[in-house]
Amino acid sequence: MSDAKQNSSKGSSATDLERHEQTIVVGLAGQPNVGKSTIFNLTTGLSQHVGNWPGKTVERKEGMLVHQDIKLRLVDLPGTYSLTANSEEERITRDFILHERPDVIVMIADASALERNLYLLAELLVLPVPVVLGLNMMDVAEAQGIHIEPHVLEAALGLPVITLVAARNQGVSELIAAAERLAREPAGFKPTRPKIAEPHREVLAQVRTLLGQYVPAPYREDWVALKLLEGDMEITEKARSWLPDADWSSVAALLKEHEDAVLDIASGRYEWIARMVRAAVIHPRLGQISVTDRLDRFAVHPFWGLLLLLAMFGLVFWLTFTVATPIQHWLDVYVIERLQGLLASGLTEAPSWLADLLVNGVLGGVGIVVTFVPILAVFFTALALLEDTGYLARAAYVMDRFMHFLGLHGKSFLPLFLGFGCNVPAIMGARVIGSQSGRLLTILLAPLVPCSARLLILALLTPVFFGNQALMVSWGLVSLNILVLAIVGITLNHTVFRGQHAAFIMEMPLYHLPNLRSIGHFVWNNIWSFLRKAGTIILLVSVVVWALSNFPGSDIEQSYLARFGQSLTPIGQLMGMDWRLIVALLSSFIAKENAIATLGILYGAGEEGRGLAETMAAVVSPATALSFLAVTMLFIPCAATVAVMYKETRSWRWTLFDVTLLLVIALTVGVIIYQAAHWLGIGVSGA
Amino acid sequence: MEEQKFVSLHRLSPGTHGIVRRLQGGKEFASRLVAMGLSIGSEFEILQNRGSGPVIVLVRDTRIALGRSEALKIVVEELERERRETE
Repeated sequence: MSDAKQNSSKGSSATDLERHEQTIVVGLAGQPNVGKSTIFNLTTGLSQHVGNWPGKTVERKEGMLVHQDIKLRLVDLPGTYSLTANSEEERITRDFILHERPDVIVMIADASALERNLYLLAELLVLPVPVVLGLNMMDVAEAQGIHIEPHVLEAALGLPVITLVAARNQGVSELIAAAERLAREPAGFKPTRPKIAEPHREVLAQVRTLLGQYVPAPYREDWVALKLLEGDMEITEKARSWLPDADWSSVAALLKEHEDAVLDIASGRYEWIARMVRAAVIHPRLGQISVTDRLDRFAVHPFWGLLLLLAMFGLVFWLTFTVATPIQHWLDVYVIERLQGLLASGLTEAPSWLADLLVNGVLGGVGIVVTFVPILAVFFTALALLEDTGYLARAAYVMDRFMHFLGLHGKSFLPLFLGFGCNVPAIMGARVIGSQSGRLLTILLAPLVPCSARLLILALLTPVFFGNQALMVSWGLVSLNILVLAIVGITLNHTVFRGQHAAFIMEMPLYHLPNLRSIGHFVWNNIWSFLRKAGTIILLVSVVVWALSNFPGSDIEQSYLARFGQSLTPIGQLMGMDWRLIVALLSSFIAKENAIATLGILYGAGEEGRGLAETMAAVVSPATALSFLAVTMLFIPCAATVAVMYKETRSWRWTLFDVTLLLVIALTVGVIIYQAAHWLGIGVSGA
Repeated sequence: MEEQKFVSLHRLSPGTHGIVRRLQGGKEFASRLVAMGLSIGSEFEILQNRGSGPVIVLVRDTRIALGRSEALKIVVEELERERRETE
């Protein structure tokens, strides 16, 4: 609605305003993997607006388009198999239809699996909204020998049916035209609606009568009665609050008596579907082996599939290091540092603290935000490609057996693996997981995956302290992280998340060629959402930490940050660390690689003529170094990760829980490592 | 007699056909399965089952991956053997 206002206000003349006054609201619905987003991107292009559904973690995408001088506002609804409130997505879709009252729903179906797709249609048709059916992937259906007569199907269903090959932009404008026509003349919409199976017809009528006048708009008694029989939790809760206790207990008694209704209702819908498609679809059983099945022989094989998976991710990392890292470096040196230089020379007149704040605090923060972009671009492109081709589902399948140990299932593997590059896309990528608890657990575990910045610290510091054994120590520390991840996963799964076993049920879509336009939109939307959501928080934290390390004096050794570090020396001593190492740890909160820069300042300052490496090797004992590195690897996530964690969970409670948990784990491990080394008399001599 | 032919889906090997007879594991689980096509009475084929780990079934032209503990809750009737006997 606000969009409509915004767009019409751009109109130059009064006639424009008048003509565009009536915006038709179109809800784009469909099951997952039907090419819905391709159609959405094709029709709305650059007018897209991405936000969140109010109070939900699911993205809401809207776009405008003009068809023959009539404005349409297209709302992309989340992909759902049904409209029973099993997931947030399903609730969003039906709440949108019931409360926002769109003028028309365009439902996209995959023509190559029509019967299963029409299950959603059977649910949509009992809601008070006209529906247009778009049959997408007609080419795929034809290739499998499935022949569909759209006009016959249209006659049977009593609603407009449009055939599409969205990947080649075929039929999309006809689809929009049909939606617009139906929205203008909804009175003529008289579809064939599915009826409940005979054995439950009577009980449905009884429940409806009991509901009587208690059901408030926009809900309708017949739909509420149907959902009650289906055991829909949300509607059950609602009905309980609407009805007086006496009436509710009669309803509850009826429902208990007909507990099996849910399966009969579903079977009834499929019988209705079979009747609808009988004359319209010719579906020979060819018995031929499809390309998908042939590829799956390797892709889901316990051994070859695992090998393929490793190769795929090897490729993603290779791309990160050969494409993203150089760009990141280039941005840092040629854009951010140059800007800092320019700004500094322009501010020679200003007080030095102000110049420093702008140059190092603000621009430094901007720099951190901006340099995330290349890595995110590579990761999100890879993610979109793997998803769009259908491979992602196979990766989840192959990893499922391993993820079960952590109380997670296959779908969590991908976001966690992305964490090796950067924890930010890992947490954002957890959106692919269907269940709320599975997603939350994945988000909580993600910071334990060592990101590239922490791997960089390992690569730089282990040779300084451990010489020839650097590689072994590095591997050991990475393994330690994975081990802690497994322990935390298993523990949380048996305590906080006990009994919330997420069922692994996942469609394995047919393989198909990726749609570059969709991938472009996906990458852009995700990067923009990161910049918008995390950017401001990172900037803020960066300025605060700058202030803490620059006040009261300009010398970092006298700063609040240093004083804070010094006040923590009792804890530091348990881990063998002096205040400088603690300050380095604290500064890694802005960005992990900051630890190196801080060490450079603190250890480089006093020791003239000696490099950081030599100075540190001389001052810091191996036992202290090991505990410092272990703590760095496990320490609280960086500001960007924390910001994204909050934005994705929408809960400070869970975010702070995880930060505290990681802090406790990191410090405990640090103490254990140092004390064990001390007790064994290993590597403490250097101190 | 009838009941004896019913087994859990995870016991069937790749290539076998069957019909879904019962869904255990609660309403929510059942309604997720039926919405994806695995309703009572639907015919399916096992595509992948290696004796451990998840399985893949083909039902209503849809490939569905199921965790092993999910497959365990789907009671089915095997079809292929019957067909072979009549041949």
